[in-house]
Amino acid sequence: MTILPPERPRTLYAKLWDSHVVREREDGSTLLYVDRHLLHEVSTPQSFVALDRRGLRPHRPAANLAVPDHAVPTRGRDKPIADPMARAQTARLVENVDRHGIPFIPLSDARQGIVHVVGPEQGFTLPGITLACGDSHTSTHGAFGALAFGVGASECGIVMAAQALAQRRARTMVVRVEGTPGPGVTAKDLALALIAQLGANGAAGHAIEYQGAAIRALSMEARMTLCNMAIEAGARVALIAPDETTFAFLEGRPMAPKGPEWDAAVAYWRTLPSDEGALYDREVVLDAGKVAPFVTWGTSPEDAIAIDAAVPDPEAVADPARAGRLRKAIAYMGLEAGRPIAGTRIDTVFIGSCTNGRLADLRAAAQVVRGRSVAPGVRALVVPGSGLVKAQAEAEGLDLVFTEAGFEWREAGCSMCVAMNGDRLEPGQRSASTSNRNFEGRQGRGGRTHLLSPAMAAAAAVTGALTDVRTLEAMA
Amino acid sequence: MSAPLIRLETRAISLPETNTDTDIIFPARFLLKIDRDGMDECLFRDRRVGPEGEALDHPFDDPALRDAQVLVAGPGFGCGSSREQAVWALVDWGIRVVIAPDFGDIFAGNAAKNGLLCVRLPADTCRTLAARADAGARFGVDLPARVLTVDGARVAGLDLSDAAVQAFGEGWDEIDVILNREIDEIRRFEDDHRARQPWLFA
Ligand code: SF4
Repeated sequence: MTILPPERPRTLYAKLWDSHVVREREDGSTLLYVDRHLLHEVSTPQSFVALDRRGLRPHRPAANLAVPDHAVPTRGRDKPIADPMARAQTARLVENVDRHGIPFIPLSDARQGIVHVVGPEQGFTLPGITLACGDSHTSTHGAFGALAFGVGASECGIVMAAQALAQRRARTMVVRVEGTPGPGVTAKDLALALIAQLGANGAAGHAIEYQGAAIRALSMEARMTLCNMAIEAGARVALIAPDETTFAFLEGRPMAPKGPEWDAAVAYWRTLPSDEGALYDREVVLDAGKVAPFVTWGTSPEDAIAIDAAVPDPEAVADPARAGRLRKAIAYMGLEAGRPIAGTRIDTVFIGSCTNGRLADLRAAAQVVRGRSVAPGVRALVVPGSGLVKAQAEAEGLDLVFTEAGFEWREAGCSMCVAMNGDRLEPGQRSASTSNRNFEGRQGRGGRTHLLSPAMAAAAAVTGALTDVRTLEAMA
Repeated sequence: MSAPLIRLETRAISLPETNTDTDIIFPARFLLKIDRDGMDECLFRDRRVGPEGEALDHPFDDPALRDAQVLVAGPGFGCGSSREQAVWALVDWGIRVVIAPDFGDIFAGNAAKNGLLCVRLPADTCRTLAARADAGARFGVDLPARVLTVDGARVAGLDLSDAAVQAFGEGWDEIDVILNREIDEIRRFEDDHRARQPWLFA
């Protein structure tokens, strides 16, 4: 009898990876089976051209789910899309999914919304799967213990045609979040604090796994916020082990397994968490108890500071390349080095996106807004992440809290997160935004973006300036 | 199919900024295009053309650099959005090699599929190379020999597998590779996978 060596403890990432290996290639890459593919109108037109040019059909149409989100207007949905290019692109998605028999949620459907909100909501996202989407924030789905990663348009075509992709195994980074976040501190603040610590490309080549008591205590929405932002630290993949919170969120979702299959699935999902003693290539610790509400001052998500801190002073930075970058970012943002970031006047507030456009986010913002009004001269938008989020919020009366305070209440979509649909900043305008990227021009050419949490965005809306939400008295 | 890349020798453009994200390389509003024509005009658009349509001073509009096929960039080049348009635009303009300390992961994956070679070199080497590029040096890349030269002198080796050299040399077509050589294995895997996790195939 041969005695097998004891199995080496494996990480969640290793389990997900190993269970999808089709073939190891000679060049060191791995052909990985892809269970699920999410599509939107912007990243797939050229993918379908690649299929059609070769006369290819999707390998398994039911493994795909398409929904328009990036280019679609967030009001006037009863009329045709005004922008001819956005109209053509959305129509192209409809033609493509029609021709190829791909499951589709049209713009008129109550379930329409941002891919990364819709996938989990429908139970299309499940633990243990591989999921690809032509979108960098696909890391969001890792909150369910799924190996989910963003790909380019060519890879979208490959996934549709072959249900597999050649990938290279990432190194692993465990981020242990210890302690309890203080009042007013949310998953968004933890995400920004971590990106500031790691740098915008500091986790490149790594799959992040979040662990620790603070993570276990988070809702699925908060977990998604955290995984969503991992790409802003350069990590293509983020993971949180599935647990009771995950299962409770998924049970009964339209595309989640039912009956005996549900039980079998949960039994399998319980085997996924990293084994005791599994090794990671890097380990990072974040003390949630020491994190304040965060806000970005510059043009990269790594330019994040506590709301009670000051804009950094390039003169105090030794590395000339870094000092130069800071100077440029401060100039673009129209700020002054060394000045407190709190009190910076804003003229636009955007609450929404795949980072913070879920029901829990709208509730958190509404709690601050309730009984207050949007400051004079401020344009404030709430754009729910999906039609279902919008309906739930309306059932709770959140829409009235917002509209009575002077917010605009819109239809679901990406909206001002990427400014492709007409919702955008004008040059020089300054926003407090719950989205994920403060890149130059991201919210419109010349626009200046400060990233923050929904509660902080609400505080900015009612005061007209970047404000520490903890200093606002709770209103009844 | 990407255009073959075997060897080249040209001037190089330097853009030493940190974290040149794909929104800078290819602003989002041009993502509404549903074809791949005219990508080069969108490349670095908001750095090249001012709000009033005025030309800004940008190396991608310097006639002396119009034939450059090499870009020397700063750390974090291509971070951010997954848009493959960033790669298409660079290639469409004429860039075939980007040298940087590190790249956005998704950008690097997209680049390989389009015959754009990403070369990772230490940050101080990249700074030196940027200075050489600004001084008008000619950059040479020879894939079969796996070497990067500046004004004829070797500065670095290229870490490329035989398969990669071949793929760049013949033009890259990943869909065909997978469908021609690996689809049976995919099907076999799929059958086992279905047996293990039937709920994924309901
Ligand atoms: S909300 Fe923003 S980040 Fe999320 S998918 Fe849409 S454009 Fe991308």
